[in-house]
Amino acid sequence: MIVLNNLHKSYVTGNNSLHVLKGIDLEIHAGEFVSVMGSSGSGKSTLLNILGILDDYDEGDYFLDGKKIKGLNETRAAITRNQMIGFVFQSFNLISFKNALENVALPLYYQKVSRRKRNVIAMEYLDRFGLKDWADHLPAELSGGQKQRVAIARAMISKPQVILADEPTGALDTATSFEVMQILKEVNDQGITVIIVTHEHDIAAMTSKIIRMKDGIIGETIINGDLKMYREIIRSENTFSYV
Amino acid sequence: MFDLDRWKEIGHALSMNKVRSLLTAFGVFWGIFMLIVMAGAGNGLTNGLMEGVARFATNSALVWTNRTSEPYKGYTRGRFWNMDSEDIKIIRTRVPELEILTPKNFGSDDNNGPNTIRGIRNGSFNIKGDYPDYVKIDPVTIVYGRWINEIDIREKRKVCVIGNKVYDTMFDPGENPLGEYLKISGVYYQVVGVIKPETRININGRTEESVSIPFTTMQQTYNMGNQVHVLAFTSKPGVPVSVAEEKIKSIIRQRHAISPTDVQAISSVNIEKQFLQIRGLFFGINILTWIVGIGTLMAGVIGVSNIMLVIVKERTREIGVQRALGARPATIITQVMLESVALTTVAGYIGLSLGVGLLELINRILESQSRNEEEIFFRHPEITISVALAALAVLIVAGLFAGSIPAKRAIQIKPIEALREE
Repeated sequence: MIVLNNLHKSYVTGNNSLHVLKGIDLEIHAGEFVSVMGSSGSGKSTLLNILGILDDYDEGDYFLDGKKIKGLNETRAAITRNQMIGFVFQSFNLISFKNALENVALPLYYQKVSRRKRNVIAMEYLDRFGLKDWADHLPAELSGGQKQRVAIARAMISKPQVILADEPTGALDTATSFEVMQILKEVNDQGITVIIVTHEHDIAAMTSKIIRMKDGIIGETIINGDLKMYREIIRSENTFSYV
Repeated sequence: MFDLDRWKEIGHALSMNKVRSLLTAFGVFWGIFMLIVMAGAGNGLTNGLMEGVARFATNSALVWTNRTSEPYKGYTRGRFWNMDSEDIKIIRTRVPELEILTPKNFGSDDNNGPNTIRGIRNGSFNIKGDYPDYVKIDPVTIVYGRWINEIDIREKRKVCVIGNKVYDTMFDPGENPLGEYLKISGVYYQVVGVIKPETRININGRTEESVSIPFTTMQQTYNMGNQVHVLAFTSKPGVPVSVAEEKIKSIIRQRHAISPTDVQAISSVNIEKQFLQIRGLFFGINILTWIVGIGTLMAGVIGVSNIMLVIVKERTREIGVQRALGARPATIITQVMLESVALTTVAGYIGLSLGVGLLELINRILESQSRNEEEIFFRHPEITISVALAALAVLIVAGLFAGSIPAKRAIQIKPIEALREE
């Protein structure tokens, strides 16, 4: 589904060049549930932006569903995002003056689906995420967990192949975080590739593959079965840091 | 196609800060309001001034004589002199540029009280000797009967055509004046017509207070010999009347031994030149109106542009989210542009309506007052539909203009920057 070969990205500000991604090689298969971890500055957000075609890269290759993604103009990028990728953000990013139903329907609006049709579809999705009764509530009238569920429904409505979630539980309490992760797991069970960026180990532990970023490269990749061992490493790291 | 979501978004963007939106809209409102009111006032002034003169032949001029101011060919200065019927014959053969040439004479200004008598009624009026052609230069409306004709001239008939005020004084309201007699300066004339002037240009006294008799009758009855007091003429289409004017003046100077340098002895008024001057003035007023109006409007539009920039900045994150969800740059541009056009057009439309309303109000007040007062220099302050449409077009263009910079700014927002967590 996603293939990265030797991906490089630098941010140039004035005379300074900041080399953020220093050659990323990565393969994510369709239907995988992946988390990206790493300390701040490790390049995990940049990677997610590139995966989401919100940013371009300098060197290397990025193939999304077999298509090379490079130097798309804004219109092409917008269409690809709309059709292939669903976004879930830490701060939900719902449109404040649109009710839950309209928020969920938004991606279809950009596909020029008629209002009646997209509202019917949006209602189905709200129903699926248990929010049917909240359809005409504005985001301000919803709880954090409800907002994130609306956001996931919005990400799902255009039937994307990949869901990119940037710290989806960052603004939620533990119970709600697990609830949201459960939903993402269900989404993943439908065969959709889910990639989340997180710095919470217990959240990452719920995914089937963890990519640890370190200074612009992939430090290590831990696959499901190895998670137990990974926990040991974390524990020892934590112990070390307390010393 | 009506797009509810789009208009909901516009409504939201503008209602986020109602006071700000209102103040911004006021700038545009005021611009278009001023433009309309000033254009209307300019038209009112034009109408007021032109109404009285517009029907007068624009390619006409008048020539008359005064006392000489220079001695010439043995004559002393200060000589009284007149043009004569011979002049007319010679001018007709030597000035091919002429279309109409008609002399006009005036009864003596003796100021001896009433000169016109009918039974127990009397009045003091201007007596004029006219040719049939004169009404082609200074048109009149026939109220009763007819104007002077060729047979009147040829037979030197004792008939007269009276102005409407003369009729009011000498006759009962509604009375048929035709065939009645008026004793004018001691001679009886049969009334053959009543006229009402169409212009407010008066030559030797108001037309409505004048009695016109055939030119030839006047020359004979008042012992004028072959004197001519005034020559009125028009030039052929395409020829400036000043060409004819100069030729006529030089012929007359020659024939009556007037010094070529004696400007005082022979006077003329060139209506064509006057018209051009007035037109120029109104053109200037118009230009000024549009410059000031458009300037004010521009100030309003810049205000709109500014506020749109602020709105775009405030909504950076929202725009970023929309971009991430698949909004194309064209969608965002259209959105911002529509907001701007909606704001300017609605504000402008209100300005347009109130401006036209104010003009209509002024017009009504003027109309109701003009019944008792005829001399007003401000009439029908109105704007044409083309001006209104032009103003509306200017508004939409202005809205697009105001929206273009903020729209550009909006699509320069990179989704990642907009979405970056604080």
